[in-house]
Amino acid sequence: MLDKLELPERHYLNNGHGLKSWLLTKDHKRIAIMYLISISAMFMLGGFFAAGVRLELMTPRGDLFLADTYNKFFTMHGIVMVFFFLIPSTPAVLGNFLLPLMIGAKDLAFPRLNLLSLYLFWIGIVFFFYALFSGGIDTGWTFYTPFSAAVSNTNVVPVALGVFIAGFSSILTGLNFIVTIHRMRAPGLTWFRLPLFVWAHYATSLIQVLGTPVIAITIVMLFTERAFGFGIFDPTRGGDPVLFQHLFWFYSHPAVYLMILPAMGVISEVLSTFSRKTIFGYSFVAFSSLAIAVFGFIVWAHHLFVAGISTYSAMVFSFLSFSVAIPSAVKMFNWTATLYKGTISFEAPMLYVYGFFGLFLVGGLTGLFLATLGIDVHVHDTYFVVAHFHYVMVGGAIMGYLGGLHFWWPKITGRMYSEFLSRISAIMVFVGFNLTFFPQFILGYMGMPRRYHAYPDEFQVLNVMSSGGSVVLGIGYLLPVIYFLWSLKHGAVAGPNPWVASGLEWQTASPPPTENFVETPHVHGEPYEYTPHVAREANLV
Amino acid sequence: MSDAVAPAEVHGQAVHHPKLQHHFETMEQQKEASTLGMWVFLLTEVLFFGGLFMAYLLYRVWYFDAFAEASRDLDIQLGTFNTVVLIGSSLTMALGVRAAQTDERKKTVFWLVATIILGLVFLVVKGFEYEHKFAVGHVPGPNFHSDSPYAAQEQIFFSLYFTMTGLHALHMVVGVGLMSVITWMAAKGRFSARYYTPVEMAGLYWHFVDLVWIYLFPLLYLVERHN
Repeated sequence: MLDKLELPERHYLNNGHGLKSWLLTKDHKRIAIMYLISISAMFMLGGFFAAGVRLELMTPRGDLFLADTYNKFFTMHGIVMVFFFLIPSTPAVLGNFLLPLMIGAKDLAFPRLNLLSLYLFWIGIVFFFYALFSGGIDTGWTFYTPFSAAVSNTNVVPVALGVFIAGFSSILTGLNFIVTIHRMRAPGLTWFRLPLFVWAHYATSLIQVLGTPVIAITIVMLFTERAFGFGIFDPTRGGDPVLFQHLFWFYSHPAVYLMILPAMGVISEVLSTFSRKTIFGYSFVAFSSLAIAVFGFIVWAHHLFVAGISTYSAMVFSFLSFSVAIPSAVKMFNWTATLYKGTISFEAPMLYVYGFFGLFLVGGLTGLFLATLGIDVHVHDTYFVVAHFHYVMVGGAIMGYLGGLHFWWPKITGRMYSEFLSRISAIMVFVGFNLTFFPQFILGYMGMPRRYHAYPDEFQVLNVMSSGGSVVLGIGYLLPVIYFLWSLKHGAVAGPNPWVASGLEWQTASPPPTENFVETPHVHGEPYEYTPHVAREANLV
Repeated sequence: MSDAVAPAEVHGQAVHHPKLQHHFETMEQQKEASTLGMWVFLLTEVLFFGGLFMAYLLYRVWYFDAFAEASRDLDIQLGTFNTVVLIGSSLTMALGVRAAQTDERKKTVFWLVATIILGLVFLVVKGFEYEHKFAVGHVPGPNFHSDSPYAAQEQIFFSLYFTMTGLHALHMVVGVGLMSVITWMAAKGRFSARYYTPVEMAGLYWHFVDLVWIYLFPLLYLVERHN
């Protein structure tokens, strides 16, 4: 079988050559590739800032950077990773590429709008780079007022504008996905036959569409204060800085679910393929995505427990925050039940899924610690919080994203990567991640505050462990760059369906033709029709 | 709308409307997609303005006296005039969509031009109001001037006034630009009873922007008008 396979003669990658054929394309697949390249570059930039932070924290004294420089490093790490990597990661790359394929459509509903989203994203990056090269920004990625409005003398305005513009990219992507899922499904593809990846992206899109405008207007208000001297958040005129925090987290808390939900969609697809079983409790997993999206909007004030909100509202938001655990647990339990009596295998994408389970579990459960009022007061603004959100946003969202990238790489490029190296990389990411961030839970619990470039001597051992782990993690992230690039030329030809998976996207050639399907597919059955205990047809690696 | 790629070949069907984009199956599907997309977009706009309305509500409750005082400094006559102008423009817009629907090209262009003119009238009047605020020192910031005991909080009111009406005016500018393109397309005969989606979508946007003003007017101009 191996030597018989050949790349299709005509596919989206060789349909037109040259820069113009890419920059003016309306093909969702090519746009996804351009997103992939852009966010990978941003990921490395964010990683560079993270490396600076970890290097500084090797020693208790601030002997590498000045305090101001350190502030800029962690701020730019956060801004790059959150706004220019995590938020677009799974939706803009995998979602863009796969949504039309999974629902049997020729493209997204608004192809030109999709290209516009990419351009807006790039313009946002340009603003950020302008700020970066003219001295950076030091407010933290949260831009809290009054520091960001009146005190900081760094480049708040260009960064805020960059985030604002990139935000519209996110809004338009979400809008495009919602309309596509509603109106572009192939004949016979009813809502409850949709792959769970599509459900997850529907929930994600709701957050993008409902949440992002709120941070956009918050940035406008911050902008008027900085640029024109207006005073909406200025306490000297009666303005309320805490209002900024409310508005900021009204988006930025759901934004965490915006990162994790599409990753959860990836998990469902990969998991069912490599355990050769249908997802246990399909409709529960589907609706839990929507429930997470809805609950995500009513928990924001748990970021403000020590910001002077009333005890009563703190109690309400504490309770609501706990409730998010329910749909998250529904997912975890259903995924575990899917594994039960499945024919489980250990290909690289599946290793990322196992990694996701472990890390998301820790990240999710420590979220419950933080939702508890008493404990939050103790660990607020410490490394405990840092460790928690890295477990969710890196351990959860990036594991899902990388798993998905490995899973669909043969579909995207038509070629296989090195299975051996990819397993090594998945294991290194898992080990390196835990080594980096688990010590931070302990550090935070012992009282080490976040955002300082110096710390007492007794915290050094754990900090060195963390920095050492980040090296392992970094290599784990760099390896895929090497073997993915290698595979483009030298990888074995994958064929249309190397994993013998059931989704519609595997029914067409790899790489797919520009119009996705030669004939519009008709769907007759349920998703994930796998037969357990049947040996895999082919192992092509 | 220029990417109709030899549709007969691609779909193996004989008849295709030239405005049907290649990735849609039917004109109905295309129109439904546009309509849903527009409504979702307007939803994002509601949330976009929503943040400002939230801030307004909060401060109005906290600083009611200052808001009432500052609100009296707004020109209610010009505000009312502009409200009437905008409601009128919504009417002309609706008539324009109707004319496009019934395939009357001249009428469509006429009503769209009327809409543009009313929009411009609104913007010019708004400009005069702003100019007056600058002249009397009601722009928040270091040059703010007010004799009232609530001068500090009045700045919050005027900060919101300028941000909210400014953002609304910006939407009006975009709307006028959008409407100019649509008018040009209508004049060129791009629309028909079978395909007038852009007119309808532009109309939805226009009505939305009007609607925002319908809320802004009482909230900003009519806080407490007696005494």
